[in-house]
Amino acid sequence: MKLINYTLLYTSIALLFIIGVWAAIFYVNMLDEIYDSIDDGLDNSKLLIIQKAQSDTSLLYKNQFGESNYSICPVSEETAIATYDEYKDTLLYMKNEEDYEPVRLLTTIFSTAGNKFYELKIISSMVEEDDLVEDLFYSVLCLYMILIASVLFVNNIVLRKIWKPFYKLIDFLQLYRLGKSSSAIPMGNTSVKEFQLLNETVIELLERNLEAYNSQKQFIENASHELQTPLAISINKLELLTEQNDVPEEQLQTIGHVIQSLERLTRLNKSLLLLSKIENRQFAQEEMVSFNATIKRTIEDFLDIAEFKNVDLVYSEDGELVTYMNKDLAEIVVSNLIKNAIVHNVKGGIVEIAVHEKFFSVINTGSLKALSTEKLFSRFYKESSEKGTTGLGLSIVKAILDQYNGCISYTFSDKHIMSIRFD
Amino acid sequence: MKILVVEDETDLLEAITQSLGKEKFLVEQAIDFDEALDKLVSYEYDCILLDIGLPNGSGLDLLKKLKKGDRKNSVIIISAKNSLDDKLAGLDLGADDYLVKPFHLAELNARVRSVLRRKEFNGQEVLSLNNLKVDFSGRIAYVNEQELTLNRKEFDILTFFVVNKNRLVNKTSLAEHVWGDQIDEADNFEFIYSQIKNLRKKLKEHHAQIEIQAVYGLGYKLIEI
Repeated sequence: MKLINYTLLYTSIALLFIIGVWAAIFYVNMLDEIYDSIDDGLDNSKLLIIQKAQSDTSLLYKNQFGESNYSICPVSEETAIATYDEYKDTLLYMKNEEDYEPVRLLTTIFSTAGNKFYELKIISSMVEEDDLVEDLFYSVLCLYMILIASVLFVNNIVLRKIWKPFYKLIDFLQLYRLGKSSSAIPMGNTSVKEFQLLNETVIELLERNLEAYNSQKQFIENASHELQTPLAISINKLELLTEQNDVPEEQLQTIGHVIQSLERLTRLNKSLLLLSKIENRQFAQEEMVSFNATIKRTIEDFLDIAEFKNVDLVYSEDGELVTYMNKDLAEIVVSNLIKNAIVHNVKGGIVEIAVHEKFFSVINTGSLKALSTEKLFSRFYKESSEKGTTGLGLSIVKAILDQYNGCISYTFSDKHIMSIRFD
Repeated sequence: MKILVVEDETDLLEAITQSLGKEKFLVEQAIDFDEALDKLVSYEYDCILLDIGLPNGSGLDLLKKLKKGDRKNSVIIISAKNSLDDKLAGLDLGADDYLVKPFHLAELNARVRSVLRRKEFNGQEVLSLNNLKVDFSGRIAYVNEQELTLNRKEFDILTFFVVNKNRLVNKTSLAEHVWGDQIDEADNFEFIYSQIKNLRKKLKEHHAQIEIQAVYGLGYKLIEI
């Protein structure tokens, strides 16, 4: 979820809660105030009616509410003593509404000069609570909507503007590759202190990384140099030795084995160097690479081995797979996969390479058992006791794909299927 | 033909000198920047094998100095650095080829022959070996003036053997020379055998006076018969 939406989400939840609580309190207070003023009105009516009843005794016989809002009926002294003023809510049939509506009812006792006791009931029409709640609900909802809309507006206009340097920095970091002739870090002119700090920290971090990267690169190259030279000396001296005329055939064979081992060591060294170079992103030169062309070229190179192994190479395409990456690395991916498919095959087997728009797959016959997907891409893992292989081929493929948002997957259904996909 | 080998590792220098000596080249040695510079100023060489990492200077600087003068010598860089940057830098500075250590002596030999051929004969060299003639520029081989129909790889194999005649050619070096680096470790290079077999058959059919001998466990050797 985007930062802006997060703010919006939490603000709207908080607002919902605050407005809800506020509405409840407001409602209770308002109702309280309404009751208070109605009850005051009833009290006032009570005094006026009692005063009037003292002078106009005809009122004492009005025992129905009728058109007015009070009724009087005589009660015994005992009842009168036991009764106190009481305000309560009740329902009364209203002619205009043709329904029972809530009313406020005051029941009180008064006595006349003749020591007679009367019960006086006064009603006052009341606020309709459900209507009030409904009105309040809509008003609050309206307020809530307006608030959310303004938050949205503020977010979109103001926050987007404020966070601009931040997004600029993210865009820059996403495209940043160590060691690539790096463009300057965009110091989005911002007055926000945190962003200034962030920019400065990132610059410092990148500079430190670049330093580490360069020293590591230097180390790898030195290590390579140190290893390659003794290997070169050993191989070349042995080659000279084999050319001496007086070496018996038996010893020649032994020397041959030693040379082979040294060559294997050379390949291992080269593969490890390649792997660290890939992981250090030292293949900075990138271009649009068509896998269709690369694969066709590689197949050409492997025809002789395939023929010798009696393996058929079948190529098909139904789209062009083009990716922006380093060309040499693309070639390494393709040749490692095809080489594996040919080497780990059976006599009379087949290697099918199918290129589609988003992926390509290398399908080969071979052992009838699925390979362990967990270990397949780990370094130095060998399924067979194949001589001379380094066990680094697929690790190299994976390392390359990792650099370019590609992925490799392995499945098995009678044949071994390697699929390479770019997102 | 005079060749200067600039290499700081004495053992490697010795091996290269010995190998090129067998090819009847006149080989001189330089083990550091200053000695190399001295010799380059004083003498003319047809080909210079140049190591980049030298004790008191870079081979690339030497190359720069060399190319400033109007010398017509070929330069092959031999370096332990298999990095594209160095390779491009070297070739940009006017080197003719770039060989990464460790290399096979047969490959070195082929590269030296190739750059010399380009310089001296403009690539028009025709090499004869008994009744076999190889036209490098036309990529055609003849036996007794009769054309030998070879495919691209068979021709490459044949020329590799011809420039390394009478010398043991390691099968790895042959595979890497003809099929490229990518082919490494693929099945111990046994597939080469079938290619050699075809080539032998064609040579025999035309009664070529050369033979490709197998040296068990190591590789092959082309000899004149």
